[in-house]
Amino acid sequence: MSDRGGPLQESASFGPIVSSRRDRLSLAVAQAPLWLIAIFLLAIWAGYFILTRQNFRQAFEFILIGLSATISTTLWSYSMALILGLIAGLGRISRNVIIKNLATLYVEIIRGIPILVLIFYIALVAVPSVVDSLQALGFWLISRDISFLGEPLSLLSNQAISMNTRAVIALSVTYGAFLAEIFRAGIQSIGRGQMEAARSLGMSYGEAMRYIILPQAIRNVLPALGNDFVAMVKDSSLVSVLAVRDITQVARLYAGRTFRFREAYTTLAVLYLTMTLVLSLIVRMIERRYERNG
Amino acid sequence: MAKRDIIVVKGLHKYFGAIEALRGVDLTVAAGKVVVIVGPSGSGKSTLLRCINHLEVETQGEVWVDGQKLGHDPKQINEIRTEIGMVFQLFNLFPHLTALENITLAQRVVRNRSKEEAIDMGLKQLKRVGILEKADVHPDQLSGGQQQRVAIARALAMDPKIMLFDEPTSALDPEMIKEVLDVMLDLAQDGMTMLVVTHEMGFARAAADELIFMDEGLIVEQGSPLDIFNAPQEERTKLFLSQILQH
Repeated sequence: MSDRGGPLQESASFGPIVSSRRDRLSLAVAQAPLWLIAIFLLAIWAGYFILTRQNFRQAFEFILIGLSATISTTLWSYSMALILGLIAGLGRISRNVIIKNLATLYVEIIRGIPILVLIFYIALVAVPSVVDSLQALGFWLISRDISFLGEPLSLLSNQAISMNTRAVIALSVTYGAFLAEIFRAGIQSIGRGQMEAARSLGMSYGEAMRYIILPQAIRNVLPALGNDFVAMVKDSSLVSVLAVRDITQVARLYAGRTFRFREAYTTLAVLYLTMTLVLSLIVRMIERRYERNG
Repeated sequence: MAKRDIIVVKGLHKYFGAIEALRGVDLTVAAGKVVVIVGPSGSGKSTLLRCINHLEVETQGEVWVDGQKLGHDPKQINEIRTEIGMVFQLFNLFPHLTALENITLAQRVVRNRSKEEAIDMGLKQLKRVGILEKADVHPDQLSGGQQQRVAIARALAMDPKIMLFDEPTSALDPEMIKEVLDVMLDLAQDGMTMLVVTHEMGFARAAADELIFMDEGLIVEQGSPLDIFNAPQEERTKLFLSQILQH
């Protein structure tokens, strides 16, 4: 995780060799994150365009309508993926054979299918099947005179579950498998002695996990979790295939309606870039802080 | 208090895969006694210790602690572990907690003590091991000797009936060994039942009621430290002692 320390950390060993001001200048240029500066300049340039050109501003204002859908889809999906991932990650290291295999099955199936296909499948096949089964269960329960449980289930219908909800379910299930592997790696990075010390004090497995292992494991994987959050912001664009009106879908609509492809997709790209850039910087700051604290 | 046998081990065998780490060990420890276990590495000393609080589960044989036979019920094992303090070679302090939090956590979670009670007890034990001033410091800011003393305090705060020490000074720099041994000697004089795996023969001489020599998964010789140091009966004991005591 710390191998991306960047050029600044290597500079120490160059230190004594550099003497003249010119050398120092060229070294500074060589080491500066020029790509980052370039991206910022690009963003400023794009921002200037968006604000000054009528067509771009129109596209921007139209696309902004989708921002709340993008943000809420990402936040909901990521929160649920964290819970799913933690459960599956713990399952992966469980000593119970059934739990362990179920968790591994889930992770391996998800990782072997493209996200786009998963989104179609979960939203349009898995969710309807589950809803239909629950509905059938509801009617069966009513026929058995257990209507307090049966009635709410029988009222379920696929129309009632919006595409936004299905998109969140699909992204959560998908990312849950990715996060499970992160949690598993984090837990396994903690030495065996920690669990033994906790157990020798009389704590149960669950208590030891909760108070001793997970706090350390989660701290170790914070950068990886952050990276996956950034990745999810980008992958949330895939839910546009379900007609969820996120920024990608809205941009497509705008482009289709006006034929201003350049304005629509440039604005869209800059919007994603701004979000991911800001988030990446935050992730790096967190990473640095934890590296410093050891 | 009448001397009762607080630890009874009968016919203990332990396999790791095909390797037989313990090959039939019988051991009885009376309450209040200090038993020191010595022997070459790989002789099964640590495994024996770890079987007593079920960090390792025996392949065959019985372990009785305070009148209870260790079984497979996790609840029973957790309860028995609460009565057994364990000190590890590598300290195993919780690095995300301060010294005091290391000591209070299990008291609150396992013993259900209130925050105030746990802190009172924690400070008392830190004072006992002589590093009260380090209460709010994280383990990585402590020396090895200090870390091990916090680990001892952490175990003592649970009011254990038995203390197990698994090579508590083996990972320490030489100048820090004494501060840990002093704490252990103090504990022995207070009448704590102790089972100590160590290479510190000085400690064995000073504190042990009984010395056990193990080799190849078996107890080869046991008796008072004086007898064993001065007149070992078995060839393997003689060889081991000559190797360890010659300098």
